[in-house]
Amino acid sequence: MAAYQPYTLEAHPEQSDWITLNMGPQHPSTHGVLRLILQLDGEMVRQVEPVIGYLHRSMEKMAENVRYPHFIIECDRADYMANYHYEAAYVRAVEEVAGIAPTPRAQFIRTICLEFDRIQSHLVWLGTYGLDLGALNAFWYGFREREKILDLLQELTGVRMHPNYFRFGGIKADLTPDFERKALALCDLVERKADEYEDFLSRSDTFVMRTQGVGPMPREMAIDWGVTGPNARASGLDFDLRRDEPYFAYGELDFEVPVRTEGDCYARYVVRMEEVRQSVRLIRQALDQLPQGPIIPAGLEKGYQFLVHPTGEHYAHVEEPRGEIGIYLVGDGSTFPYRVKMRSPCFQNLSVLPELMRDCLIADCVAINGSLDLVMGCVDR
Amino acid sequence: MSILTDLQERSPAGVLQVGALDDGKPLMRVAPQALPQIAGAAKELGFAHLACITGVDYPDEHEIEVIYNLYNYDQRENLVLKARTSRDEARLPSVSGVWRAALFLERETYDLLGVRFEGHPDLKRILLPEPWVGHPLRKDYEMNRQQFVSKGPQGEDVVSFDPQEGW
Repeated sequence: MAAYQPYTLEAHPEQSDWITLNMGPQHPSTHGVLRLILQLDGEMVRQVEPVIGYLHRSMEKMAENVRYPHFIIECDRADYMANYHYEAAYVRAVEEVAGIAPTPRAQFIRTICLEFDRIQSHLVWLGTYGLDLGALNAFWYGFREREKILDLLQELTGVRMHPNYFRFGGIKADLTPDFERKALALCDLVERKADEYEDFLSRSDTFVMRTQGVGPMPREMAIDWGVTGPNARASGLDFDLRRDEPYFAYGELDFEVPVRTEGDCYARYVVRMEEVRQSVRLIRQALDQLPQGPIIPAGLEKGYQFLVHPTGEHYAHVEEPRGEIGIYLVGDGSTFPYRVKMRSPCFQNLSVLPELMRDCLIADCVAINGSLDLVMGCVDR
Repeated sequence: MSILTDLQERSPAGVLQVGALDDGKPLMRVAPQALPQIAGAAKELGFAHLACITGVDYPDEHEIEVIYNLYNYDQRENLVLKARTSRDEARLPSVSGVWRAALFLERETYDLLGVRFEGHPDLKRILLPEPWVGHPLRKDYEMNRQQFVSKGPQGEDVVSFDPQEGW
């Protein structure tokens, strides 16, 4: 393993013909405000330095200054493409440190929400990634189905995004009467359309040529840099927190974890498409096995949520569409959390960019950057 | 508890205490100077995934605690390392030579808590602008004071604390 070289703005003096190019912070392909400082040798990228922090909202500091239930609504804003997942991690951390046992029905409904969330997040990724690489039609169709998922979740939670739906021990509201029928119809639709999206991209020569063999990430590199989620699974790391450290209702459901070994952009795309199908499978099982009962334990309804004052330290992690979300919670028994650390999957996935982009073409920068599915709100928190 | 005894056998010096976190994850408190050695031994034992580095400020004890969450993909095991450093001169040896994941995580901890990681190849702020004054996640950070970082006429960094002055 070569020694790590920091990326500095000063180009090497012996490389006086290198050009420094700023990509971002305002660039349509950087998906948010990410600035990449590229050192170019002709058309080849020699060094990359990512500059982040443009979307930093000091969430960890805010957490220390709001009461425990109030921070749930902040969690939605961290990763604005997959709102339910930060909520899930935070609620899980508080529950486990406070010793609250969530009701079985709430666990299953949470799982259904998380899986619909995963599908819509992957559809946004699919659409925007196609857009980055010049395959426009996937964008329109991906967003069409995403909107239907958001409509369904709106019926359940009241809002399209930022739901504020999970509570300590349960959820805010029970399923609407025809949720199950609509959800099953949507599952059929998504499953059918997933093949259509694959036709758009897998059969597009442009897309395949621009992704196959581009930005390969070996398994060791992924592990060493802390890359998780579909990006690591595309590099041959057979690991999924839903299967290996089960939480909510995942332990009772049956699904497969797609793994590829190529590690290139195309493998990341294939893994995500397969995850969409597995999510559909999970939702169908969860709806089928959905237990009856209360959605929140007695003594934790509404305002009683504010009586949760946990003491202790806990690290809770959940599998987000982009990787491992971790919440390290330190509670001192007061009404405010003492410390909430948000471990962001995108932050770690982004740190590997300089390695992936070294000695590639400028055009491939866009393909690699898009394939990692970085959401800048999640990176900067 | 077998991981902890294994680890303790490999590097007996520098282990202050072994136990468990409140959620049952094996926990080892280590002396700062022994951190890279114990981290290396943990990696050899299979803890290849550095999931998270958390810094917690304890002003009453005049100390900052830094917590390392490790994961072993083969055995599906967790491990937590903790090291403490003084608040006034917060320094810890870097573990970026063991896991590259620490490169960004240590920069973040330095940025928000002001812990200097010695041996980190590129220790600078990551989320906040470089000339920022103070480390926000310390408990005594002044939250009511607004802070602006802008560029002066010569391109130099200007930090102003009153919106009327700089903006």
